[in-house]
Amino acid sequence: MTPDPITKLMLDILRMPPAASAHAADVDQLMVLVHWLMAILFTGWSIFFVYVLVRFRRGAHPVADPRGVRGRWSTFVEGGVLVAEVILLAFFSIPAWSSRVDAFPSAQQSTVVRVVAEQFAWNVHYPGADGAFGRTDVTFLSATNPLGLDRSDPAARDDVTTINRLNLPMGRPVIVYLSTKDMVHSFTLPQMRVKQDAVPGTVQPVWFTPTRTGEWEIACSQLCGLGHYRMRGFYSVQTREDFASWLAAETAALAPR
Amino acid sequence: MFLKHFFSTDHKVIGLLYAFTALFFLLVGFFLIVILRWQLAYPGQPVPVVGPLLGDANAPGGIILPEFYNQLGAMHGTIMVFLGVVPLAVGAFGNYLVPLQIGAPDMAFPRLNLGSYWFYLAGGVVMLSSFFVPGGAANNGWTSYPPLSDLSPTSGQTWWLVGMLCIILSSLLGSINIITTIVQLRAPGMTWFRMPFLVWAQFVTAFLLLLAFPALQAAAILQGMDRVAGTSFFLPSGLVVSGRPLDVSGGGNALLWQHLFWFLAHPEVYVLILPAMGIVAEIIANNTRKPLWGYRLMVYSLFVLGVLSFLVWAHHMFLTGMGTAISAFFQATTMIISIPSVVILTSLILSLWGGSIRFTTPMLFALAFLPMFGMGGLTGLPLGLATTDIPLHDTTYVVGHFHYVVAPGTIFALFAGIYYWFPRITGRMMNDTLGRMHFVGSLVSMNAIFMPMFVQGLAGVNRRLWDGGMEYAHAQGVLSLNVHMSIGAFALAFFQIFFIVNLFASLKQGRVASANPWDATTLEWSEDTASPRVYRDPYDYSPPGAPRDFVPQYVARVVSSGPAEG
Repeated sequence: MTPDPITKLMLDILRMPPAASAHAADVDQLMVLVHWLMAILFTGWSIFFVYVLVRFRRGAHPVADPRGVRGRWSTFVEGGVLVAEVILLAFFSIPAWSSRVDAFPSAQQSTVVRVVAEQFAWNVHYPGADGAFGRTDVTFLSATNPLGLDRSDPAARDDVTTINRLNLPMGRPVIVYLSTKDMVHSFTLPQMRVKQDAVPGTVQPVWFTPTRTGEWEIACSQLCGLGHYRMRGFYSVQTREDFASWLAAETAALAPR
Repeated sequence: MFLKHFFSTDHKVIGLLYAFTALFFLLVGFFLIVILRWQLAYPGQPVPVVGPLLGDANAPGGIILPEFYNQLGAMHGTIMVFLGVVPLAVGAFGNYLVPLQIGAPDMAFPRLNLGSYWFYLAGGVVMLSSFFVPGGAANNGWTSYPPLSDLSPTSGQTWWLVGMLCIILSSLLGSINIITTIVQLRAPGMTWFRMPFLVWAQFVTAFLLLLAFPALQAAAILQGMDRVAGTSFFLPSGLVVSGRPLDVSGGGNALLWQHLFWFLAHPEVYVLILPAMGIVAEIIANNTRKPLWGYRLMVYSLFVLGVLSFLVWAHHMFLTGMGTAISAFFQATTMIISIPSVVILTSLILSLWGGSIRFTTPMLFALAFLPMFGMGGLTGLPLGLATTDIPLHDTTYVVGHFHYVVAPGTIFALFAGIYYWFPRITGRMMNDTLGRMHFVGSLVSMNAIFMPMFVQGLAGVNRRLWDGGMEYAHAQGVLSLNVHMSIGAFALAFFQIFFIVNLFASLKQGRVASANPWDATTLEWSEDTASPRVYRDPYDYSPPGAPRDFVPQYVARVVSSGPAEG
């Protein structure tokens, strides 16, 4: 789907990161529309502003007219702004938001993964072939087990864990259960148009569908301490085959334990 | 001799105390960000000139550590907002001008007024001192989100809370005073709709301060308890910090702080902007030589803004896990609140139509306020829509947005006010040439600083990064803008020299001004301030049949055909 020339022009001006998820087009569409609205209003006001300053400068207009502008067109401008905002809100922003937070895909059809943020890393937890996350507990925490995964739990035997590495298959919904061990962090996948605060004490579900393969970075968007600037991870959208073979290799590496 | 001014209960003296203290803090806050901008432009390179003065704990070899970077950022925001802009806009302009403009003999509670200043000064001293405690000042953002702030190892965070409590107390005392003064002490004839727009703006602002700040006061006490008394108001159970389970009782809620903080901090945005609009309105009416267009509509818009500003706070929290219904509510209120802002801005621009515009120095700043505030307001739209907030939240786009509102917006209005009322205060004019150089230099350099922030933010560069985003691949294409922005900041610092020199030199050497040098209509320019009486609307400029192009409010003579007020 190629965007129309007006949309494309604004997209070229805005220069956001490449969009690589199914809902990114909705986000970008609204971004384009709202920036067009801003551009039109700012240009319109600026032209009027400059015209008035030139025409009514003291040299050209020595005696002021106290009556000022007549006519109701300012009301039309204000009304127009309101109408434009209502349209953006009701037909674009709210539906797009609702599809993010209400219309979760079923777990069976999705890649489900836990992401646990901490100062200053992203811990990733795949449930493995059984589709069930193994038990985690604070007592199992160690430098090599930052998730505190209980490997004696049968559900945990095939669980794959990584640090700062999130691999995902293309063309299939992803559900991330996001949490944090310590501070507020913000899980950001710029190309997916995904950003979600990880709030201590809560688990936040996020879902999206990657539509392009690529190798990108996970960013932290919420100040989380002195290492905030380097709380960077990597994520990769792979073909289903590549993802399956990666996951199989990771699972196989667990076997000796 | 000098110290006696610190014990005066005269609203004019207190206003000036506020003014000089707030200008000092604006300079301090600006100084912090200039150092920070060096680090953003040249990460890991020693800060020139002042580097060795920063201390080995903060900047060994002059190289800013991430901990110190976070101090600079948090304290820049705190000092600019709470110790610089608001005290200047409300404490200084409100104290000095409100009684004069409504013809009151003084503030309603002069001692409370002095107390308000003292608490403000105490808050400022506490904030500045916190740089010198072990671990340094607060370094958790001006928003101080827990658990980071709760668990922050530096006692600077506790000092920050104490400082905030002093500042909040000061604001509460000040706002009660302004409200009471406006309600009770208006001169005979000063009906509500004869009040200058600046007085209306201060009136609504005072209500915002009075009603919003207690939420943060409560929150600051709770966070202080968490820090010193071992409570867990903002700490949920099960936290693990640096690999070790945190030894607290838990059961708290980290989001509670965000709600309490933003319940204050969004109305606070309007505390920053409403007095600025008031100052700009006064100066525009005076320098166009005509009444404000839509004065009543603007007053009503102030009230709508005031009420709605309490209903939008959670648009700062769209990404904390908000459902459709709540996000729709806060998006809707956020879109609605843009309308009264648009009404006021449009009215101010339309007020220029038909005028005889004098481009005096205060007018230049007031005029520049309009497109700059417009830019700040418009860039709020994609942040106020939850869907477009997803990519933009916590990026430099946000930083650009609110700096357009506050820096070339509010601070320009405050500069305009200083140039405009300086002759009322000192009897002398400020130098025009220096003023114009200050204006042009500041306008160009502020845009050079803040415009590229939108470009970086759209590219996905996050704010509050010690290395300015150098770590991230998506930032590489816009990374060089960091250097451009920092050069803009250094240029901005240079052009403030013109202002500082002008301010102090004009005190003694400025051209002597007449009592009413701008030919203004409002009461503060009256030579006879003993028992003023008010006979007309605030902006009776260029009425038909009048001998001159203005009739002050205190002049009784009725002109043959009075102007219709819009």
